[in-house]
Amino acid sequence: MKVFAVAEHRFGELNPLSIELLNLANKLGESNAVVIGKDVGKFAAELAKYADKVWKIEDASLENYNPELYIDVLLQLFQKEKPDVVLIGNTAQGAEYAPYLAVKMKAPIVTDVVGVSSANGLVASRFVMQGKIMVDLKVKSMPCVLTIRQGAFKEGVQKNGKIVDAGIKPSKPAGRKFLEYVQPAVGEVDITKANIIVAVGRGIEDAANISLAEELAKALGGVVAGSRPVIDNGWLPKDRQVGISGKVVKPKLYLALGISGAFQHVMGMKDSELIIAINKDPEAPIFGVAHYGVVANLFDIVPELLDKLKGK
Amino acid sequence: MKIIVLAKHAPDPQSEVGVAADGKSLSLGTAVFDINDWDRYAVEEAIRIKEKMGGEVVVVGVGKTEDTLRKCLAMGADRAIKIPVESGLDAYQTAEVIYEAIKNEKFDMIFAGLMSQDLNNSQVGVILAAMLNLPFATAVTSLEIGNGVVTVKREIEGGYQEAVQLPMPCLLTIQSGINEPRYVSVMGIKKAKTKELKEVAVSPKTSTVEVAKMYLPPVKKAELITGDPSQIAAKIIAILKDRGLIG
Ligand SMILES: Cc1cc2nc3c(=O)[nH]c(=O)nc-3n(C[C@H](O)[C@H](O)[C@H](O)COP(=O)(O)OP(=O)(O)OC[C@H]3O[C@@H](n4cnc5c(N)ncnc54)[C@H](O)[C@@H]3O)c2cc1C
Ligand SMILES: Nc1ncnc2c1ncn2[C@@H]1O[C@H](COP(=O)(O)O)[C@@H](O)[C@H]1O
Repeated sequence: MKVFAVAEHRFGELNPLSIELLNLANKLGESNAVVIGKDVGKFAAELAKYADKVWKIEDASLENYNPELYIDVLLQLFQKEKPDVVLIGNTAQGAEYAPYLAVKMKAPIVTDVVGVSSANGLVASRFVMQGKIMVDLKVKSMPCVLTIRQGAFKEGVQKNGKIVDAGIKPSKPAGRKFLEYVQPAVGEVDITKANIIVAVGRGIEDAANISLAEELAKALGGVVAGSRPVIDNGWLPKDRQVGISGKVVKPKLYLALGISGAFQHVMGMKDSELIIAINKDPEAPIFGVAHYGVVANLFDIVPELLDKLKGK
Repeated sequence: MKIIVLAKHAPDPQSEVGVAADGKSLSLGTAVFDINDWDRYAVEEAIRIKEKMGGEVVVVGVGKTEDTLRKCLAMGADRAIKIPVESGLDAYQTAEVIYEAIKNEKFDMIFAGLMSQDLNNSQVGVILAAMLNLPFATAVTSLEIGNGVVTVKREIEGGYQEAVQLPMPCLLTIQSGINEPRYVSVMGIKKAKTKELKEVAVSPKTSTVEVAKMYLPPVKKAELITGDPSQIAAKIIAILKDRGLIG
């Protein structure tokens, strides 16, 4: 199978997920990396260590990611090269343009893929229901487009591929214009430096209950952080958000209260030294990453913890 | 400003969901359904723009969607289009029937949610943009309308955002937290009863993927701490002491 993996880079750095795409490509067949930008020589050299061939697409207009221009140049390349499978990272960039690209290629697409088998047609595995259920999807025609979840294809082989200039430029200017990057908001508490984090999710139910978590954090000598819905609801400031669109934390203790364990959250806390999760749903995916789990109502357990910590 | 908003009536994954006996479909017997969380923000954003600038908000739903469409009308949308098709896991089919139902509408923008809370595809909005050849942006966290253009911030990783400008008409997918969605008022519900909810009969023609198997994921399970609340608390404290995390 002829596989094309589209690399990703931002702020002058190659996203390591690009290598994971090549790990999968090498498993499926002939691996081709594509790297798009203004000056991508450095990235191409890195990718060549893991690919049979690296295609450079360079133009001044490609300095910053633009989905219309990416789709434009990729379609030109794929018309000539006829891939069987196109692999793209399931990131803020990749997840944005991949479905559009797939439609223009008349290719089926499966997003956020964590497993691929090609034994009996191409079958891609992914989660639905925020991590609670898995589904194997068979694509009904080739070529197909897959967006790949970070961390799913970590092991691979080394290669020494050749680098070629695809000689492709965008065929027309984009309607969408890139303006600028906006820095994350900074707050008074840096949760990435905390040893102990009491993290609350939607299970905390109400702004008024945040004080319970604060009391517990104080008794433990830690800080309070939250999952995205807690921040969306305005119960905690944005700089307390743990996850892919918030912060990545690695505390000595991560106590998760009423957090389901969606992938976007787990990516921000899975490397914590000790994870204890309290959740009333025994099927909550958080129990897949926690070291210790408590299947219970957090409002029954937290007051007991507070009593014992204060009375000790 | 005329805005079309896609709104899915979707099960809450945190309620009881499972795999049906055929091993190929979801079992949602006791699941709690409501408007897809991301779509709630999209509908709110559209209504706010209409309240400020005038125009119309049209909501579109595919599937068993009547309750959610009524809710959107009660929030302040002007009319609704219901497409009674069970498109299942194939996002292309969902987008295809929406395309058929709206292709003759004029609009300035289409809003979709960033993701459906049940299927988590993040596809339908962008596929629709491709079918309509529209400029698009996903994961929008704020937007500002100018003269024939809209400037949006879209979320990227690590708390960063990217500011981009798009010509109208265009399609945006909305990230949660962009606003504070309103609650439905009694007045709203009353008014909604008189608003148009039109059913459009279209059917999907293209099938792109098929379910081979559906199952519960194999997970490494945490060691469970059991007992009554007091015993559980005591065990947690013993673990923390053992690790030197508390004195
Ligand atoms: C592009 C993108 C980026 C994202 N970025 C992030 C991110 O950075 N961080 C993030 O967190 N999410 C992020 N999300 C959202 C993510 O997909 C989930 O929606 C979110 O993590 C869910 O938060 P939650 O676990 O608090 O809520 P839910 O999933 O609603 O879970 C609540 C949990 O609380 C439990 N519960 C309820 N009541 C109680 C009780 N009384 N006692 C004990 N347990 C209880 C329930 O059983 C349930 O498991 C992102 C999503 C997308 C699409
Ligand atoms: N059945 C549906 N009815 C209406 N809108 C939908 C439907 N399915 C998906 N959408 C829209 O597409 C977005 C992304 O869904 P998905 O591609 O399933 O993650 C949702 O947030 C909705 O705005």
